[in-house]
Amino acid sequence: MSIWRDIKGTIEPFWITLRNMFRPVVTVEYPEVRTELAPRYRGRLILTRDPDGQERCVACYLCSAACPVDCISMQATEAEDGRRYAAWFRINFSRCIFCGLCTEACPTMAIQVTGFFEMANRNPLETVWEKEELLVDHCGQEPDYNFYHHAGIGVAAARGENPGEDKPVDVKDLMP
Amino acid sequence: MPEWMVILLLIVAKLGLIFMVLLTLAAYLVLAERKILGRIQLRPGPNRVGPFGLMQPLADVIKLLTKEDFIPTQADKWLFLLAPGLAAVTALLTFAVVPFGPPITLFGHEVPLVVCDLNIGVLFFLGLSSLAVYGMTLGGWASNSKYSLLGAIRGLSQLISYELSMGLALVPVVMLARSFSLTDIVMAQADVPFALVNPLAFLIFLISAVAESKRIPFDLPEAENELVGGFHTEYSGMRFGLFFVGEYINLIILGSMLTVFFLGGWMGPFLPGVVWFSIKVLFVCFFFIWVRGTLPRLRYDQLMHFGWKILLPLSLLNVILTGAFLLWRQG
Ligand code: SF4
Ligand code: SF4
Repeated sequence: MSIWRDIKGTIEPFWITLRNMFRPVVTVEYPEVRTELAPRYRGRLILTRDPDGQERCVACYLCSAACPVDCISMQATEAEDGRRYAAWFRINFSRCIFCGLCTEACPTMAIQVTGFFEMANRNPLETVWEKEELLVDHCGQEPDYNFYHHAGIGVAAARGENPGEDKPVDVKDLMP
Repeated sequence: MPEWMVILLLIVAKLGLIFMVLLTLAAYLVLAERKILGRIQLRPGPNRVGPFGLMQPLADVIKLLTKEDFIPTQADKWLFLLAPGLAAVTALLTFAVVPFGPPITLFGHEVPLVVCDLNIGVLFFLGLSSLAVYGMTLGGWASNSKYSLLGAIRGLSQLISYELSMGLALVPVVMLARSFSLTDIVMAQADVPFALVNPLAFLIFLISAVAESKRIPFDLPEAENELVGGFHTEYSGMRFGLFFVGEYINLIILGSMLTVFFLGGWMGPFLPGVVWFSIKVLFVCFFFIWVRGTLPRLRYDQLMHFGWKILLPLSLLNVILTGAFLLWRQG
């Protein structure tokens, strides 16, 4: 009968909530207790260096183009040896949504995510990070990769100087 | 010291004590509610201010006092300022007739543990609980905001639908106790509390009391996910605080009324009367919080439906049955 169903449906929840009152709490009390972050957690962004200690970023603007909220800006410039780098590089972390799309777009593995996420600040201007703060002196999660060993031929190393690369062939040799 | 001065001092001391206990209890009831609701939802509730969050009410009061007291430009200023006070005062006044313990003897005087033992205590309670809706309605009306007005209208119509059955649920109690005085009603329950004698009246009164407290499942005047904050949408700072405290004082009052009318007041074995009374009141308050953590909000028409088509006939029937029973026992 529907009235019995109604009465049962009114009484039963009380039992459930009463039981819940004696269950352990699931809250993680954050500042004191921290959860283990996933290995691929997407936190604050860094600009890494290649194994030779050079800046990886070539200021190609791909990250800034990929960013869905347009929070990366930079100015490209070129060193004497033809190697491009960013004169300034700025990430507005109060807009960043930590989607990691910039790291996927980056051809040089320069921009990478880290497990650091405590960036709250009372002054919104201080959530804008400049290149000096973003640049670290390690390789991040890609310890071996060096963009200039595979591409950008002739800029950092002369043609044919990279490991595993053959000397350029003089095509005129191949004529019959 | 002259005789009358002792009496006066005793009365003032009693008043001050009740006032303090009531306000402190209301403040800590807020904390208890947040804690219990938290536990029901498997979270710890407020626990940052002081040990176990015990200083939270104090922090809340400081927060409310230092907030901006905002009055909307289009509001009816005097009514707007007055309404929260009205809500809190009517709630406080009701406690005047609640007997919370057997009379004690102090300095050779018999001190009844009730502010004022009116011989029409039941009517006083019913009258004030109807007046309490004025604070809400005037506040909602004076805010000059659609949400507040809707909340106020809902509050009024809700009052009309449950107040009737609430009064009628008390008729059997009065019939059984043969008195309108709350002290006599408690005395009449020395052997068996009326909740066992007349469980139907108890149930009806319990449901009406939840409606009177304007809490889930009958919190239609506030209904925060439909009406922002209902009648107190436009209130801020301590004025909102007064509404809020009034609500919790009201909760204690209703707990005391349930205790007095149906749970046997201060009557109980072993422990002193005041302790029994507090235990019962706190248990009723816990029950109200438990209800809030459990039930969803009724729809507007469901409340009307329930009040007029189920509660009212049931309570009328109950009056007739109780009368018949009493007649049969006499004759
Ligand atoms: S993580 Fe996403 S939002 Fe943040 S800078 Fe990179 S692309 Fe932009
Ligand atoms: S961080 Fe990567 S994608 Fe962005 S400009 Fe530098 S090299 Fe290009």
